[in-house]
Amino acid sequence: MGWIGDTLDSVKSIQIRQLLTQAVSLGMIVTSALIIWKGLMCVTGSESPVVVVLSGSMEPGFKRGDILFLHMSKDPIRAGEIVVFNIDGREIPIVHRVIKVHERQDTGEVDVLTKGDNNYGDDRLLYAQGQLYLQRHHIMGRAVGFLPYVGWVTIIMTEKPIIKYILIGALGLLVITSKD
Amino acid sequence: MHSFGYRLNGLLTFSVTILAIMCAIASLSDNLNSRSPSAEIQVMNINWFQKQPQANDEVSLTMNISADLQSLFTWNTKQLFIFVAAEYDTPKNSLNQVSLWDAIIPAKVHAKFWIHTSNKYRFVDQGKYLRGKKFNLTLHWHVMPKTGKMFADKIVLTGYSFPEEYR
Repeated sequence: MGWIGDTLDSVKSIQIRQLLTQAVSLGMIVTSALIIWKGLMCVTGSESPVVVVLSGSMEPGFKRGDILFLHMSKDPIRAGEIVVFNIDGREIPIVHRVIKVHERQDTGEVDVLTKGDNNYGDDRLLYAQGQLYLQRHHIMGRAVGFLPYVGWVTIIMTEKPIIKYILIGALGLLVITSKD
Repeated sequence: MHSFGYRLNGLLTFSVTILAIMCAIASLSDNLNSRSPSAEIQVMNINWFQKQPQANDEVSLTMNISADLQSLFTWNTKQLFIFVAAEYDTPKNSLNQVSLWDAIIPAKVHAKFWIHTSNKYRFVDQGKYLRGKKFNLTLHWHVMPKTGKMFADKIVLTGYSFPEEYR
């Protein structure tokens, strides 16, 4: 158990200047992560440039735990695109495919109907009461790329928050007890 | 500097970086594929063509769909999602796309096929504009990779039209 003794010794021997340096470098890491995230939001034009697939409604293409990269451009929404949308009043975004498009002559606005590949029926059951179609403002982005399995980290940390605390605690301990 | 924690941290960071680079290269290799798909759709029969009580036109039709999409598969392809959509315009809407049938092709051997089917999803217009209208049938495909960028494209087949009267 010399490892625990070493850790306790180094925690006791911390000086103020060293502590401040550690705090500043930790702050730099957090803010550069934030800069990257906000930068991605600007480049892709979407509020959340990366989403995790939470349900099995798009199997076998997308499984629970996959990560999707989103992009939102001014291009019109067309049938076949995989879109991520929010229903009014629900906070969890849904990733499904567009199967019907009606674009108005005069205003250029679109009515869009979606369906999950693995679902039997279309998404009218998921929409708000009385809503038959989605409009452009409901749609957060189009899926353009995908990475398998990486999203499981987020799912585990959301469903068992104790693991999140353990991980952050361990990382914090690592930074504080480093001899640099 | 040489503690177990540091070594584990270094190992994990390195392996995640290498995996990310491998995924990116796999995705880039999809661009090397040259594609030459072909498809043909015949409308065998308009089963019925009616006006719904809420005043929207609805039609049911039976189609023969044949296609050869084998050249779209690469080693990085997980599946091909294909669907047939009818495209037309009306005085109210500049573009309407209605998906009639879709399928998932999991492997290259299944990508050359022929199917006789009626429309899987209801073909309902927003309005009563379908009589005598010309429409296109498009076969869209969506290449879903094992990792990386997704591609989508389509073949447009023209020359179809609805009957002049309800039946």
